[in-house]
Amino acid sequence: MASKILNVPAPANSTSATLARPPRTGAAVGIYLLLSLGAIAMLLPFFWMLSTSLKLPSEVFTYPPQWLPKTLQWHNYADAWTALPFNLFYRNSLIVAIIGTFFDALTASLAAFAFSRLRFPGRDKIFLLYLAALMIPQQVTLIPSFIIIRYLGLYNTYGALILPGIFSAFSMFLLRQFYRSIPNELDEAARMDGASSLRIWLQIVLPLGAPALSAVVIFSFLGKWNAFLWPLMVTRTMDMRTLPVGLSMFQGQYNTQWHLLMAAAILTLAPALLVYIIGQKWIVQAVNLSGGGAR
Amino acid sequence: MTKWRPNRQLEVYLFLLPNALGFIVFVLFPVVFALGISLTNWNLSQSIFEKLPPFVGLSNYLNLFTGSSSTLFRQVAGNMVFYVLSIVPLQTMIALLIALALNQKLRGMKGFRLIYYMPVVTTIVAGALAFQLMFDRNNGLVNAPLWSLAETFHIAIRPPDWLSSSMWSKPAVVILTLWKNIGFTIIIFLAGLQSIPQDLQEAAAIDGASRRQRFFNITLPLLSPTTFFVLVILVIGAFQLFDEAFVMTRGGPANSSLTAVMAIYNTAFGAAPRMGLASAMSWVLFIVIFIFTVLQQRLQKRWVYYETTDG
Repeated sequence: MASKILNVPAPANSTSATLARPPRTGAAVGIYLLLSLGAIAMLLPFFWMLSTSLKLPSEVFTYPPQWLPKTLQWHNYADAWTALPFNLFYRNSLIVAIIGTFFDALTASLAAFAFSRLRFPGRDKIFLLYLAALMIPQQVTLIPSFIIIRYLGLYNTYGALILPGIFSAFSMFLLRQFYRSIPNELDEAARMDGASSLRIWLQIVLPLGAPALSAVVIFSFLGKWNAFLWPLMVTRTMDMRTLPVGLSMFQGQYNTQWHLLMAAAILTLAPALLVYIIGQKWIVQAVNLSGGGAR
Repeated sequence: MTKWRPNRQLEVYLFLLPNALGFIVFVLFPVVFALGISLTNWNLSQSIFEKLPPFVGLSNYLNLFTGSSSTLFRQVAGNMVFYVLSIVPLQTMIALLIALALNQKLRGMKGFRLIYYMPVVTTIVAGALAFQLMFDRNNGLVNAPLWSLAETFHIAIRPPDWLSSSMWSKPAVVILTLWKNIGFTIIIFLAGLQSIPQDLQEAAAIDGASRRQRFFNITLPLLSPTTFFVLVILVIGAFQLFDEAFVMTRGGPANSSLTAVMAIYNTAFGAAPRMGLASAMSWVLFIVIFIFTVLQQRLQKRWVYYETTDG
């Protein structure tokens, strides 16, 4: 299916679907116009969020819409922060995202190592099973997982938020694809010197697989930070909610106070955006490596 | 020092164990478990250790098609048809267009790429809230220019009510979904475009092929594996729509924008939780998605062009 895409690491900058020279001026203008229009459409909601978050309540629904409020109400952010326990939400999101990502990358890397370099009976069949699992839509496992969490006594705990995310088939798959391209000779040389598999993993595969690993880390972090449905299902009290869920609670309580709501929204998305901007080189690389599929 | 075979086997299992354990507990087992639950009538009040939930066979499934849940089922099904048929073609075509533009050798493309992908990494709740504000029917950012246009040109048509209209709530969700996810599709197409070899294009140009001819006869066919991948992913994603609809419209008004996963969620966690029915619903959804995916796989032979040697 996507095998062609999956095995071609795209060269960083070669534009090969079109000729190697830039288009004529007329075409170039048209292209810039198109891209700019689209970019404006992409950015508009962000600017509107920012603008609304700095307004007085009376300025939110003016006609015609105002982009710049008369005075910037920076205190809206402080008000939003205290209106709902944002410090708790941030704490929970950080704990879940950081710990979850760490263990996700760890288990995925160990398993990917096993699948790509160790030989054991049934290896390929089991891998196929993993692949099949990637295709299972989230909802099928949602309710049973919820029930399992309840019976493990993990409802409304960090365990519920973190555990299911640790075992990501997608991370493992991406890493395994990359690890396959690391030459086996390195392993053999190391083994002749008496290295155990663990050392090979730690000192050869892990460092060499760093690009793929950093992509996995970023994707995983973003996914866990922005997760909504699962945290919504498994948390019940305010002190366990993560940021996205907390923000939607905010919507429930303050749904007419848009200036606060938008401030809260900006507070929620700012870290994710930051991580993205810093790590975006790796994200693009990762998509090239895997042919897509960042979920 | 020679290694004993048992040690080596053990090693493998140790490497696999953490990942595999989670896989079994949270993926494999639940899938089977879900099937089992769907055959019962379970509301969470009963502890499974005290008493097994009442076995009701296939009545949950029958319920969906002919019983008390069938009107809701039909409405959700209708909604999903709309969602899939609007999201998939629109997202594919727009993303391809933008990807083609981004693929040109011009300056600033990296910056544009950054911008297009920003909504993808944004917390959905934040985005949905922003759009909820923008879709306000009187003063929202979307309608305000439409109102003034209507006034200046004395047109009697009023702009849509968006989130308070049962006709326009779905399009509103579609717009939000497109905004949120198009960056991801663009990047995939970009990767696909960049794996198309240069020499074919140049040879064709030398032979006098126009841009248009080159696009339809070289680019598109060679892009078809990527396009296929995109279509499969988008269809699956459209069927699984939840966050956007939940936050922005809660499925309303009058269930007009209700998605399948939302219906499952409401059934399982609403006022009267019915895990059995919800499980049955998720299996039906799974089967629908599966059928579509298999169909796409089959049709693949007709239009997807694979090169046997990597190009």
